[in-house]
Amino acid sequence: MEHIRTTKVEQVKLLDRFSTSNKSLTGTLYLTATHLLFIDSHQKETWILHHHIASVEKLALTTSGCPLVIQCKNFRIVHFIVPRERDCHDIYNSLLQLSKQAKYEDLYAFSYNPKQNDSERLRGWQLVDLAEEYKRMGLPNSNWQLSDANRDYKICETYPRELYVPRIASKPTIVGSSKFRSKGRFPVLSYYHQSKEAAICRCSQPLSGFSARCLEDEHLLQAISKANPANRYMYVMDTRPRLNAMANRAAGKGYENEDNYSNIRFQFVGIENIHVMRSSLQKLLEVNGTKGLSVSDFYSGLENTGWLRHIKAVTDAAVFLAKAIMVENASVLVHCSDGWDRTSQVCSLGSLLLDPYYRTIRGFMVLIEKDWISFGHKYSERCGHLDGDPKEVSPVFTQFLECVWHLTEQFPQAFEFNEAFLLQIHEHVHSCQFGNFIGNCQKEREELKLKEKTYSLWPFLLDDQKKYFNPLYGSTSQKLAVLEPNTVSFNFKFWRNMYHQFDRTLHPRQSVFNIIRNMNEQNKQLQKDVKDLESQIKQRKNKQTDGVLTKELLNSVRPESPALKTSLCLKEQTLLPVNDALRSIEGGNPADNRYSEYADEFSKSEPAVVSSEYGVARMTC
Amino acid sequence: MEFAELIKTPRVDNVVLHRPFYPAVEGTLCLTGHHLILSSRQDNTEELWLLHSNIDAIDKRFVGPLGTIIIKCKDFRIIQLDIPGMEECLNIASSIEALSTLDSITLMYPFFYRPMFEVIEDGWHSFLPEQEFELYSSATSEWRLSYVNKEFAVCPSYPPIVIVPKAMDDEALRKVATFRHGGRFPVLSYYHKKNGMVIMRSGQPLTGTNGRRCKEDEKLINATLRAGKRGYIIDTRPLNVAQQARAKGGGFEQEAHYPQWRRIHKSIERYHILQESLIKLVEACNDQTHNMDRWLSRLEASNWLTHIKEILTTACLAAQCLDREGASILIHGTEGTDSTLQVTSLAQIILEPRSRTIRGFEALIEREWLQAGHPFQQRCAQSAYCNSKQKWESPVFLLFLDCVWQILRQFPCSFEFNENLLIMLFEHAYASQFGTFLGNNESERYFSALEQILQVFG
Repeated sequence: MEHIRTTKVEQVKLLDRFSTSNKSLTGTLYLTATHLLFIDSHQKETWILHHHIASVEKLALTTSGCPLVIQCKNFRIVHFIVPRERDCHDIYNSLLQLSKQAKYEDLYAFSYNPKQNDSERLRGWQLVDLAEEYKRMGLPNSNWQLSDANRDYKICETYPRELYVPRIASKPTIVGSSKFRSKGRFPVLSYYHQSKEAAICRCSQPLSGFSARCLEDEHLLQAISKANPANRYMYVMDTRPRLNAMANRAAGKGYENEDNYSNIRFQFVGIENIHVMRSSLQKLLEVNGTKGLSVSDFYSGLENTGWLRHIKAVTDAAVFLAKAIMVENASVLVHCSDGWDRTSQVCSLGSLLLDPYYRTIRGFMVLIEKDWISFGHKYSERCGHLDGDPKEVSPVFTQFLECVWHLTEQFPQAFEFNEAFLLQIHEHVHSCQFGNFIGNCQKEREELKLKEKTYSLWPFLLDDQKKYFNPLYGSTSQKLAVLEPNTVSFNFKFWRNMYHQFDRTLHPRQSVFNIIRNMNEQNKQLQKDVKDLESQIKQRKNKQTDGVLTKELLNSVRPESPALKTSLCLKEQTLLPVNDALRSIEGGNPADNRYSEYADEFSKSEPAVVSSEYGVARMTC
Repeated sequence: MEFAELIKTPRVDNVVLHRPFYPAVEGTLCLTGHHLILSSRQDNTEELWLLHSNIDAIDKRFVGPLGTIIIKCKDFRIIQLDIPGMEECLNIASSIEALSTLDSITLMYPFFYRPMFEVIEDGWHSFLPEQEFELYSSATSEWRLSYVNKEFAVCPSYPPIVIVPKAMDDEALRKVATFRHGGRFPVLSYYHKKNGMVIMRSGQPLTGTNGRRCKEDEKLINATLRAGKRGYIIDTRPLNVAQQARAKGGGFEQEAHYPQWRRIHKSIERYHILQESLIKLVEACNDQTHNMDRWLSRLEASNWLTHIKEILTTACLAAQCLDREGASILIHGTEGTDSTLQVTSLAQIILEPRSRTIRGFEALIEREWLQAGHPFQQRCAQSAYCNSKQKWESPVFLLFLDCVWQILRQFPCSFEFNENLLIMLFEHAYASQFGTFLGNNESERYFSALEQILQVFG
């Protein structure tokens, strides 16, 4: 609270990012302990959570006031103009303080109160139960068992307490292997494919240097190999580019030497490191933010960012993993450097391809909880939850969500959830509103007592699951099959609804999903009506001994049918900005619409400036 | 001429067919006057029937006695035939080459095609101008049908019947025709019932370097304006191109002579620039390296999407002028047979729900492309694999279809049809058993007595 000097500024202008004529809304800016709030003259509210703010910038003073540009981690960018420089300065300083907290305890999750009692809170935290999940995979079994080696985080601080390892791997083998692996992250099971009896295992890089070897580590890999009766050899996937892995040898780290390990097939897959990914996203956002982008600037910009190349690399790696298991029945060990970024991406995406359970709403939560949260993906550092080292920030998890989105585009019937679900998860990974993503590993989370002090996100998503259902899900073979995505280049495209999710003004778009959903709901309502009517008829029949149905009854119900009143048919509308019904299809209100702006621009100046630029440029990418 | 003369080897056994995404098929290859047929002669496998007119380019290769012909089709398919025997292979290749480049329209397959289905509708008379006009005539009396072009004498690329302002008599129309490129005087393209405003299209005015003017032309287009209202002339060429056109006798409407009109220049490309763009695009699509950056840079370098954007922007502009500004519009480029038609037809897709139905879309193509004289035969003679590079070959119609697809993607609930109709039209525009897209305009179709053959819309 001590950071807030000004709580309310009037006559603030909010500029439209993509307007070529500097269109703006005027309203009042409020600063609260948790949010920045802008209410425009139409009483439309824009809420920005302080934790979402990635950067605040104060630009040079102009005649109309002092510009303040706020970039958010959820890709919202707002451009305010504050009339008085002092106010702007106050807000700027407050936001700088509020958006970068030094202590976990100051994060929103510790003060957020959704009015649940303790038992509800506990039930929320128990919603995703990893012990159950391993049981679902068929573990433990004759080849795999639960190890108590890390019960007190003694062997590896960044791993969870409960780990599955081959039954024949003794505790000394595990301890020995952990000493030979970066950060003690020895090979453990991530996913077990019951019918193939093959496993996805994960670890960090070996401390092999140029020639070091470790018998225990070699034994552990052999044990993993032997735990798969269907195949003699196993794959070891190093998800790094070969050069990076080789450079690590100089630092006493490196990769497995095929000569030292029996029956392994070693493979590099070439996913770049967190620093490359961070700058790639930075470039992507620069391209996105450009006003009046031409088609070729957009594509050459997109190419320069390398973003889609990285997305493709991650997907390719997951496809390789899934194929090894499905086609060759081979177990796969995945690692990168520390085994918490690229490894998490590849293991989780590979499991998602193999197991339809992870493509349901609940299963996806379990997958994130297992491969990301429990195995120590450093959410707080990667998302910059606290004021820390900016070099640790990287969009690794965002990339995972984008890979999943690409799969949903290619297999529209295979996923129970829709795009909104992915966007919502992305929102809360950065919001710090719930405890799930706070901290960097399980040990840290236990120390923070997150389960007592904060709430879990998952029950809130489940309460809202209606919003996240994919109406096309199910009823076909796609639902159950192993996904074999096609990764030719043109299947990878710019994810407009992620990177422009707040730029609704960019252009309007009809949503088939919404229409199908409404139709389904109306169908349900109609079915309910039918049932009601049938029961009414029965009652009448019972009353009227002759059993003749009165006409009056039928007539009285027909006009009440709700579905017939609202037409879903849009074909009678002009595609141009004439029709409000059409405009608000994606939920935006008319003032939020780019076309209405066209009209203003149009009457003002050169009609030639009217453009459907973004609409067209972004449509096909 | 007999087709048999061109077919040196009508049949070869043990030919292997390779197609992407399909297993190889071994079978017998037959050549007929219009088709290349490969049949495995087993009951369960499908046969390949390929129209010679669908063949865009072929390559031959020899490894020992085994010859390979790679056939690149106008619909972008690439198939490969392995033919045992060098002589057979050469014969087949030269026959295909000859048969796929026949230039007489009456030798084309539509003249030989006998449908296996019952023809339930006479497609040639499904979309008569009289019927289309009736849709407007209830709303307005300011327009009339003119038969001035009955013998194709006034404008060879116009249909016999056109819709013109009632105030203009046929004599004046003849005068205007001499002032417009190719005799393409301004005619009605679309009447917007909501506000009575219209889209007209024409060829460029022949002002030349000395600024020639034509009173009747001015009167004709002014007849569409309401008192005190201004109209827009959308020239699909950039200003400098329009200015250069004056040296060749063409030009644009001078402000001084058309004070009630505001002229806007856009830059929609035409001719070989589009063809090269298509060639690059298809090359990028066929790239086997699967490299992400390479795909993006090749896609960008093809400029295909830049063209799409420019066309759509212009069409949106036209639609907004009409619907928002309540202004009438005249659209032209040089000839008024390419970019002009892209813009007029897309503006109608945007404005008119009927044109988003299957029937309405067919009517639109009949009206704005076939009767309006888009030279299909010239433009669609070759596709993305040809090397001939003739100036008049250009994927103008394909770009239009792509633009419709883009709108369809943004407004998926507003169309009665899906992308399959667009793909089907693309295929038939380049190679078809139907006569719809033969010839370059109505008069050519009329004189080759196309009525005997079938319409794709039937």
